[in-house]
Amino acid sequence: MKKNRILTMAQAISEGIAQEMTRDTNVFVMGEDVGSYGGIFGATGGLLDKFGKHRIMDTPISETAFIGAATGAAAAGLRPIVELMFVDFFGVCMDQIYNHLAKNTYMSGGHVSLPVVITTAIGGGYGDAAQHSQCLYSIFAHIPGIKVVVPSNAYDAKGLMIQAIRDNNPVIFMYHKGIMGLPWMAFFEGSSNAVPEDLYVVPFGKASFVTEGSDITIVTISQMVQKAVLAANILKEQSIHAEVIDLRTLVPMDTESVLKSVRKTGRLLIVDEDYLGFGLSGEISAVIAENLDSVSLKAPIKRLAVPNVPIPYSRPLEQFVIPQVSDIVLAAQELMLKKVALLEPQ
Amino acid sequence: MQVGKEKLLWMFEKMVQIRYYEETMASVYMEGKLPPAIQKGLAFDIGAGPVPGEMHLAAGQEPVAVGICAHLSDDDTVVGTHRPHHFAIAKGVPLDPMTAEMFGKVTGLGKGKGGHMHLFDNAHKFSCSGIIGASMPIACGAALAAKKLGKNWVSVAFFGEGAANQGAFHESLNLAALWKLPVIFVCEDNQWAISVPKPKATSVEWIADRAAGYGIPGIRVPENDAVHIYEAVAPAISRARSGEGPTLIEIKTDRYFGHFQGDPETYRPKDEVAHLRKNDPIPKLSQMLKDKGFLTVEQESMILKKMHGQVDAAFDFARKSAYPDAKDALQDVFVNGHITGRALV
Repeated sequence: MKKNRILTMAQAISEGIAQEMTRDTNVFVMGEDVGSYGGIFGATGGLLDKFGKHRIMDTPISETAFIGAATGAAAAGLRPIVELMFVDFFGVCMDQIYNHLAKNTYMSGGHVSLPVVITTAIGGGYGDAAQHSQCLYSIFAHIPGIKVVVPSNAYDAKGLMIQAIRDNNPVIFMYHKGIMGLPWMAFFEGSSNAVPEDLYVVPFGKASFVTEGSDITIVTISQMVQKAVLAANILKEQSIHAEVIDLRTLVPMDTESVLKSVRKTGRLLIVDEDYLGFGLSGEISAVIAENLDSVSLKAPIKRLAVPNVPIPYSRPLEQFVIPQVSDIVLAAQELMLKKVALLEPQ
Repeated sequence: MQVGKEKLLWMFEKMVQIRYYEETMASVYMEGKLPPAIQKGLAFDIGAGPVPGEMHLAAGQEPVAVGICAHLSDDDTVVGTHRPHHFAIAKGVPLDPMTAEMFGKVTGLGKGKGGHMHLFDNAHKFSCSGIIGASMPIACGAALAAKKLGKNWVSVAFFGEGAANQGAFHESLNLAALWKLPVIFVCEDNQWAISVPKPKATSVEWIADRAAGYGIPGIRVPENDAVHIYEAVAPAISRARSGEGPTLIEIKTDRYFGHFQGDPETYRPKDEVAHLRKNDPIPKLSQMLKDKGFLTVEQESMILKKMHGQVDAAFDFARKSAYPDAKDALQDVFVNGHITGRALV
């Protein structure tokens, strides 16, 4: 086996899919431009040549039909992977996702198994405006019955993809465009890393401690992990030691790792590229609030996320609403100076 | 239907302008996006330069926009697609704020918030969307409003042949047919849905034939020719204006550029575009105008100069305009006060 083989996240995802397709002939792929194009974001690169058009199926622009068909095919024993080109496009097909794919197992009393993987591109930062730049993972995490996987790097992406395909439940696998390592979009190089050729899984619900630190916990996911690591390096020069936690999956979510870290640091910064309101950052905050009998905060919780506005097109506006490395550094610095209010003794 | 000289010249001017606009944008868009100005190892950076993000250009598809819009007034609504410039220009959207929008400037149609797929101009009743098939329900709504308000306004939904496989297409056709809405559904068939050719994605050869399923007329227009299109759609416009209901029209047209600028187009036969360009509708219209005695070589060069000059001025305006203040990102989620632009009543 070749050692230190560096892959981009796109390459790692397509390799994981290919290896599972070789292992299990029930696995197949459907979606727009997944064939000769190899997926607009490269997640199915090279698969058409390997497996042919009966297993790598280009579809019409008919998401309701082919995502619904994935549910039907899975119920009949296959293991479909379906691509929703941009997560922003879920609007045209959400009924099939949230009222059927996510609920049929429950409504059947657990008798119907739906091993479907929806792959979809998320994220902004490259001027694609309000209909092509959202993350929206919190919307899917909000709906019971679908697992939500949001990798930050190539190694995790391959292992999480293999786990997703083997899972007997619906999974939405959300890859951020700005860490896929595409030749036509700037990306965070930390997202391309060493990926074993062997098959391996990264289990769901296990966060990764990307950096260890004792001063502040930064909980994040997806491309923001790469930004948080760069911020942690800057903070380290200022003797602020940040512990960056990559949740890797939102459903299931590893709350224990978050609690463990915050018990140690006493400070929590949540960094999220999804909208601020009613989302990931609020959920993590609630987990801490509900455990204040065993967690002692030194400072209030701080949330960095997209304010509740659509993603604007113009560069200065977009850079303003999407948290940047400098914003993370600043927020951490501020948090180090803050204190929690102490109740007066009765 | 005979097309008069004035209309023909208008169509020619608009087509010339659209073509030059798209060619100008094709090159401006690439500014700052190529090595060595970008991240090492990249061939192209979609997010860099003065015009970031995706850029879908409509060179080759001008006849569709002008052939339809030549029938319309400011009172009629047009809803375009993710490839919207030709529709916008033909509908009369002013070039300066339209271009400034694509540069993300505060002087843009949407103060830099929308970008090239999301152009909104109330005064000319123009809008568009980056979501495939989304034009059709919205055009139905504009038509419903016209009907309720007792006006003879029509609305046009443009969409690509790929969008005819979306649920929104089928639902909108049924709704418009059922309620006899004054909508003209115009399918631009450029044969490609990104990399997927029409025969691999569509169950019928002619999408226009699907009209029969909704009990409305379907018109096939096999020629990418403005005059041909203008004449072919005339019955649909008068049908809509007289309250008889919608029509589905399918026009065969050609996409000269990639799906988006920077698209490697590995899926497309190498000589396809060169072949398509041999049938360029602009020189054909120019020749026709000359044959009819409507245009001299001198007049043509005057038109080119004028149309190109307006485009150059718009790009200049956009470059010189200021960016919005970063905090402006937090404005306009909801309207404050009255709605600007032309109200429906």
